[in-house]
Order: sequence, then C-alpha cells, then structure tokens
Amino acid sequence: MTQIVKRPETLPEIRPPEIRRLEQVRTQTITFEGPGETLHLESGQTLHPVTVAYETYGRLNEGRDNAVLVCHALSGDAHAAGYHGLEKDEKPGWWDVLIGPGKSLDTDKYFVISSNFLGGCKGSAGPSSINPATGKPYGLDFPFYTVKDMVQVQRRLLKHLGVPRLLAVIGGSLGGMQVLQWAISFPGMVRGAIPIATTARLSPQAIAFNEVARQAIMSDPDWNGGDYSLDAQPERGLGLARMIGHITYLSEQAMLHKFSRRYINGQGRSFCLTKDFQVESYLHHQGSSFVRRFDANTYLYITRAMDYFDLEAAYGRLSTAFSGCRCPFLVVSFTSDWLFPPEQSRELVQALRRVGLDVSYCNIESDQGHDAFLLPGHRMGDVVAGFLNRLTRMAAS
Amino acid sequence: MSAHCVTAQQVDWSRSRPRDRALDTSIVSLVPQGARVLDLGCGNGDLLLRLKADRKVEERGVELEPGAVAECLSRGLSVIQADLEESLTDLREVAFDVVVLNQVLLATARPLHLLTEALRVGRLVLVSFPNFTYWRIRSQIVFKGRLPVNPTLPYQWYDTPNIRLATVKDFRALCQDKRWKVNKELFVNLDRQDLPRPVRFWPNMRASLALFALERGQG
Repeated sequence: MTQIVKRPETLPEIRPPEIRRLEQVRTQTITFEGPGETLHLESGQTLHPVTVAYETYGRLNEGRDNAVLVCHALSGDAHAAGYHGLEKDEKPGWWDVLIGPGKSLDTDKYFVISSNFLGGCKGSAGPSSINPATGKPYGLDFPFYTVKDMVQVQRRLLKHLGVPRLLAVIGGSLGGMQVLQWAISFPGMVRGAIPIATTARLSPQAIAFNEVARQAIMSDPDWNGGDYSLDAQPERGLGLARMIGHITYLSEQAMLHKFSRRYINGQGRSFCLTKDFQVESYLHHQGSSFVRRFDANTYLYITRAMDYFDLEAAYGRLSTAFSGCRCPFLVVSFTSDWLFPPEQSRELVQALRRVGLDVSYCNIESDQGHDAFLLPGHRMGDVVAGFLNRLTRMAAS
Repeated sequence: MSAHCVTAQQVDWSRSRPRDRALDTSIVSLVPQGARVLDLGCGNGDLLLRLKADRKVEERGVELEPGAVAECLSRGLSVIQADLEESLTDLREVAFDVVVLNQVLLATARPLHLLTEALRVGRLVLVSFPNFTYWRIRSQIVFKGRLPVNPTLPYQWYDTPNIRLATVKDFRALCQDKRWKVNKELFVNLDRQDLPRPVRFWPNMRASLALFALERGQG
C-alpha cells in the first residue's frame, strides 16, 4: 500500500514499484492426539483428537521473537495470504492486502502464523470434519466451543511450532475477539494486541442478525436436524444466511456507491420477482458462492460462539477482564461499521486505559462498513505497520 | 459534542503549523529526561517524536482529527483518537509527569475545565497560546478596524478553530485566582522566518505567543 504523504518540490524519477509476492503457500495440518491431548472445552465437553489447519509466511528468527498470529473472522480460514497455485484465476488469501513482502505485516521481517480456528470447516476439527469414532462427519455431535477454546487450541499450535511468545496478535471482527482473549488468557506470551473492528461483546442487534441467519439454515428442509451429507447440505438456508450477513457487513453508503438503484438489465423494471436490482444480484452471488465453500452446521456453531463472547459477563467488569494484561494495544474501528460500531471500540479503549495500559486507538474514516478491515483504500495498513515497528523497537530495548 | 469536535474536520491545520512548532524547543527544554508525557491535541505527532528522540520520554497523545491520528500511529507513536476532555476522565491522578496543551486551549469548549483536569493528571502542565494583546493585533484593530490574520492567528473570523481569546495578563490573573503555581513563563514573537525571538519586557504588549509551566499543588 502506498501513501503519499508530501509531494516534494521536484518530482523524483518515477520507477515502477517492485512487485514481490509470497512464494507459493500451502495449508498444513497438525493433529494433537494421544494421552494428555484431550481438549477440555468451556461447555464442559471434551474433544479428542484435535486437528488444526495452518499456514505460515516468513521465517521465525533466531531469537524467536518475530512471530505474529493472525486470527480470522467468521468465514475466513488458514489461507490468509499468497496463492496456493492450484487453479487459474485463483484469488489470494483473505488478508493478502496486509500480509506479504514489504506489506504492513512484512513477511521479510515477521513470521506470520494463521490457523483455521477450532470448529471451522477449512481443515481444523469442526462439525464438518470426520468423527473418528463413527467415520462420519460430527454434525451436531460436535461439542459447543467458544472464543476462549479457539485460543487454547492456537496456543497448542504455537507450542508445536516452537514459538514461545508473540510479537503481536492481530485480527478483525470475530478475529478481534480472539485477540482480546489472547491478551487475557496468555498475557505473558503477547507483546502487542491489535483488535480491529471488534467488541468485548456483541450488541443484541448483532445477535438478532445471527439468530435470523441460523433460522434461515435450520428452516431449510435439507438441514434435516443437522444430519445431512456434505454434498447435499441446506444450500438455500445457508445462502440466505450469508445474504443477511452481507447486508450487515456493508453500509448504506457502500451500497449506494456500489450499486445505486441500478437494474441488472440496465433498462428498468422488468415486473418480475426474480432478481431485478444489482444489489439483489450481489447478494445472490455472495450467497451461492458461499455455499460452495462453507458448511451450514459450522455456521450455526460459529455464530453461537460469537454470541456467547462477553468479557464483561465473564470477568465482572470490562476493566477487570484486562487487569492482568501487560502489552500495548492498538484498537482500530471504522466510522461506517454499524455491526461492530466504533462506540464499542471506544469502550474497549476506555477499559484498557483505566487499568493503565498503553493503548492506541484510531477510528478510521471509511464508508465500507464492517467489511472495511478486509479491504484496501484506507489507512489501516499504515497504522498497523507503525504499531508493529514500535513493538519491535520495544522488544529490542 | 464539543466545539473542537465540530471544527476538527474543516480546519486547515497546516496554516498554523509554523506557530504550532514555534515553541517546540522551549517545550522540550522544560521536559525532564525519561518523563511520562501526555500531549493533548498532538496533531501529527511532531512534538512527541522530538520529545521521544531528545528526551526519551514515554509518550502518549490525544488527537481528534482522524487523519492526524493515523499519521501519528504510522510513525509509531502511542496516540488515541478522542475528545481531549473526555480522554482525561479515564486517567488517575498524577498519571503523567508532564501534560502538554500546545496551542489547543483556545479551540476548546471548556478551557478552564480542561486546565483543571490537566493539573489533576499531570505534575507539570505546559500551556501555550497566542497573546491577543500583542501590539500588532492592537494596532490592526485600532487603525484598520479588522480582526487579525497573522502567523499566530492564521485564520479568518469565519474559519478559525479558536472559539476563545486569551492574553498574558488574563492568563496570569486566572493562575492567581485559582492559586496555580506558575513555575515558568516564556514569551516570544515570531520573526519574518516565523522563528521565535524571546521577549523579556512587557510581554502582554510585545509577545505574540506565551508559554506557561504550571505546577501541581497550591502556589
């Protein structure tokens, strides 16, 4: 990302920017099994064995102090950056705008780790993975899991990778919840926390949207009480859930800019009930492409984990939740995000400052809504890069 | 919403840059090595960077303008985007060695409250502002009948972020009234290159900028 700060009097010679890419990346898996590897979940249930899918970019340095953990949001996965190189017209990882050589999470400097969280459907143990006891997908037999449980599993992964501490943990939305939980659960391992477009607890409005999405899935006859084969999942319900989600990820302004009131055929009203407006076409596309890459039961579980995340309830007061934390925080919100509104980030900032922590906060101007944290076109990248530089300097001194 | 809030996004702060940087050297000289410093209204972080380099301070900044905050953070400074007054309510007493209010007081809705709060959270409070009874301003009003637009007050009446006026004498009177201990006073006017030149006598008449160092406790 280039940001022109000041234009010098004489223009320098213009050279095309050097475009460097990550070398081909691949998703790896590790399975924690055997005695002592049973995972005890907050719900009281247990899980064994536990498989985790992950990717890493860059190299762990000799001091093993340049690792950055990336936490993904609801529909993300371990593939955060670069290309797998398996298909033509392949899209890069979901946070490729931020991660790579010379980018904010500079893979020349940092060892970046990204894993599919516990309960996901992209290689880690979750409702769509095979239950070794039955040889069939877990489905609704999979235990309920929480953000805290996800963080426990990520901790195991770091141990496996030989990473004793993290320079930073970073993530947006549900990923940001994991960041907060990391700083609380393992304060001695985290040197910097970057929660983006997130909250200490969802608003009832956000829970309401999650519930409507779940009902869309569960009222699809193909859902069949959660018992479906993976090639015949409740596509209509899951697609509808995703359409609802996408309305909440955008803003009114973003929709106005993207689609205005334009018709698909460009002519005007076609007096039919199939999709007629471009905004409808967008939502349908988001829905139908989502069902090809996501699992319906997993969607139910993850949205529940988000609903249940509540640091105030878990620790009595928000500032109490952070009282054991030691690291600097960089909190980032976006002006047009109404799903995780800036006000909730300011609450985080307030609680963190009350316990005397080093907090930076920026409410970045963007009309892209909640989705802004995944998109280029604003200053999040610069802000994150500056914070990571500071953490590196602090770690060195 | 404070007045600062309303104006923050429309003001061209680059116009006041020479004035805002004019006292940096003096401010740095008043800050002890390794101090914990809170810069209220820190702009793009120029002063904090200098304090970090020259005085190895532990820096914190508060700024309302989002672009300036992003600039600070990209430069690796610890800054929060917040209303100045609101940002102080979360801080305990004497949380900082030094609190800086560099050329921001006149743009705030409740300057007295802000000063009182600054003196609560800081051991030393450094306050600077343009002196409205500077002789050039007086003569401009008297002889030309126009409000001043000059390097220390570089805005027209309709686009100024300042919603207050202050003079050296008035500020001294306030300090006396509130029994604030004035540790140091420093007065300058700007030369043709906008460089500060010290003013020793008759500051209320001859200085265009004033810097006061207030100390906690009763004077």
